[in-house]
Amino acid sequence: MSEVGVVQTIMDFFNAAVLAATPLLLATLGEILTEKSGNLNLGVEGMMYMGAMAGISASWLYEAAMGAAANGLVSVLLAVAGGILAGALGGLIYSVLTVTLRANQNVTGLTLTIFGAGIGNFFGELLGMRAGGYASITDVTKSMFNNIEMPLLSKIPVLGKMLFSHDFVVYMAVIVAVLMTWFLNKTRVGLNLRAVGESPATADAAGINVARYKYLATCVGGGLCGLGGMYISMVRFSGTWVHGCVDGRGWIAVALVIFAAWSPARAMIGALLFGGLSVLRYYMPIKDVATQFYDMVPYIATVVVLVITSIRQGKERAQPKACGINYFREER
Amino acid sequence: MSATKVAARAHEPFVRIIKKDTISRGRAYMIRALALLASLVAGALLLLALGHNPLPVYRDMVIGAFGSAFVTKETVRIAIPLLIAGLGVALAFKMRFWNIGAEGQILMGAVCATYFALYQYQTLPQALLLIVMALAAMAGGAIWGLIPALFKARWNTNETLFTLMFNYIALECVRFLQYGPWIDPKQRGFPKIAMFEPAARLPKVFDVHIGWIVAVVLVALVYLYLTKSKQGYEITVVGESIPTARYAGMSVSRVFLRTMVISGALCGLTGYLVVAGANYTLSESTAGGVGFTAITVAWLSNLNPIVMVIVAVFIAMLQRGSNTIQTTFKIPLAAADVLTGLILFFMLGCEFFLNYALVIRDGKEKPNE
Repeated sequence: MSEVGVVQTIMDFFNAAVLAATPLLLATLGEILTEKSGNLNLGVEGMMYMGAMAGISASWLYEAAMGAAANGLVSVLLAVAGGILAGALGGLIYSVLTVTLRANQNVTGLTLTIFGAGIGNFFGELLGMRAGGYASITDVTKSMFNNIEMPLLSKIPVLGKMLFSHDFVVYMAVIVAVLMTWFLNKTRVGLNLRAVGESPATADAAGINVARYKYLATCVGGGLCGLGGMYISMVRFSGTWVHGCVDGRGWIAVALVIFAAWSPARAMIGALLFGGLSVLRYYMPIKDVATQFYDMVPYIATVVVLVITSIRQGKERAQPKACGINYFREER
Repeated sequence: MSATKVAARAHEPFVRIIKKDTISRGRAYMIRALALLASLVAGALLLLALGHNPLPVYRDMVIGAFGSAFVTKETVRIAIPLLIAGLGVALAFKMRFWNIGAEGQILMGAVCATYFALYQYQTLPQALLLIVMALAAMAGGAIWGLIPALFKARWNTNETLFTLMFNYIALECVRFLQYGPWIDPKQRGFPKIAMFEPAARLPKVFDVHIGWIVAVVLVALVYLYLTKSKQGYEITVVGESIPTARYAGMSVSRVFLRTMVISGALCGLTGYLVVAGANYTLSESTAGGVGFTAITVAWLSNLNPIVMVIVAVFIAMLQRGSNTIQTTFKIPLAAADVLTGLILFFMLGCEFFLNYALVIRDGKEKPNE
């Protein structure tokens, strides 16, 4: 391979990794926010399905209603809103059950995954039936997901194409990650949220409304998961509903939260790494090692991180202390 | 009323939640029945919104699951793995060890059984082969359950996340075997593992593989183990309070390890029954979410093995019945998952009303104030 060819391959690989990483990053950020409030929501996969279905449905129904007059921008905004709202609805169901009704977090999360995957595939298939075969959005909407070239910056050789020429959701995900780092570390509300996740009794005594923080963090987190799902159906599968499209990405996101040690900034690196691993086989001839072992790496790496943090007993990079445990004021 | 008391009253929330001491059995069943009814109504509303009359849909679901001997057997076949894996999960949950890894333990059990089915079927007589397969499966599942327990016992590593990750490591192992070393060279197209030889297939009793008898026996055994044995008592104590268990002289880590071996072994056995009794081969869809659904089965039954029989059959009915309504009403198959989810949500929510009472603020002063 010529030198130019190698550079081109690396650039292509990097861009494919970003495409694979974006839904992972969004869902991971959502789950980090949720877990910071002390809710271990294992329903990420379900919320992503709900977002994937709602996103594509919103766009498709709008296009069907407007016909040729459909506006791409409106259609995409509807998809984004649909994805976020559907994911947030999943987070709301989870919050009502675990925060207000005090149901077991693990079981509720798994149920949300079963329910969300069911809802996604159910309505996705109905949409397909209604579209007469399979549901697909038109180029008017799809073009809105074209790469946005950053002025000047995208002209930098090699790096410009890699870093400053992506669709708007990629930039959005990065901005959310940066904002969340700032929010969790520098703002009062963010610190309060972390207090709720570490020690709800202390937070409660300090006058923080524990239930409100848990509800908000879980619903906003669910919204981010839903947005990640929307990206899968609208971009990864180019606006066509594919049965079972989320395909375990929600669980990779749950793994990524641990791998990134509950840090939004590290989640960006982790998502790019895990996303890159999932597409590596298309850019590098893998002969000796079976592709399944590449797919296994994220989970093994996560187990290793999990074990190391538990051995080190560090407080800095560990799961929020009250994560997974419901808070009952009168049982304090 | 003094001014301070008025101020205190203003701070008292409008609705207070207090813990109930006990609840009569009849009342508890009534609340659960109401929750089930509410979930079915929610499902009916969804069907109505889609333009279906919900009653015939529900009726056809039940007929599709129990309407004939053939479909009843299918329903039982779906219920067997849910029940046995549910028993396994319940043992771990009883000691508040969140074994989310049933899916992986099922797969690892299936892998171990499949090895003997594919490569040792000629060396052993059928009865022995089937027993060896069962033992191998139990060992496979047990090891897969034991590893997270070891880390939990030694370093308090989070078992929820550990067992969860192990599901996907097991799944990739199965995929590797299916696409690599165990691929059936005689088949073209999609890579598959060969079908088991007749010697490696479980016999049938009343036209359903023998797994249903295994399931019934295990329900009784697990029930007795939990309620009558010393080890079962230890599980309950560890689940209630680890400090209490330590104070009573129990080795908490030993209880963790022992119980997770049994829990994993039961899940491994489930994998064996699926490959040797139902599918006659191993594939990446062997577990197919059974491990996750089993967790909900166990929880819905309040970790009671006897109740688990009813819940497992009920969930199996939803899954089998959805096949029927797909063909008759053109309702997508995923309806089973939606309904299962709805029912679980309502059942999870109703537990609250079994354990807590709502007290609405009244205007009167309490006499002892």
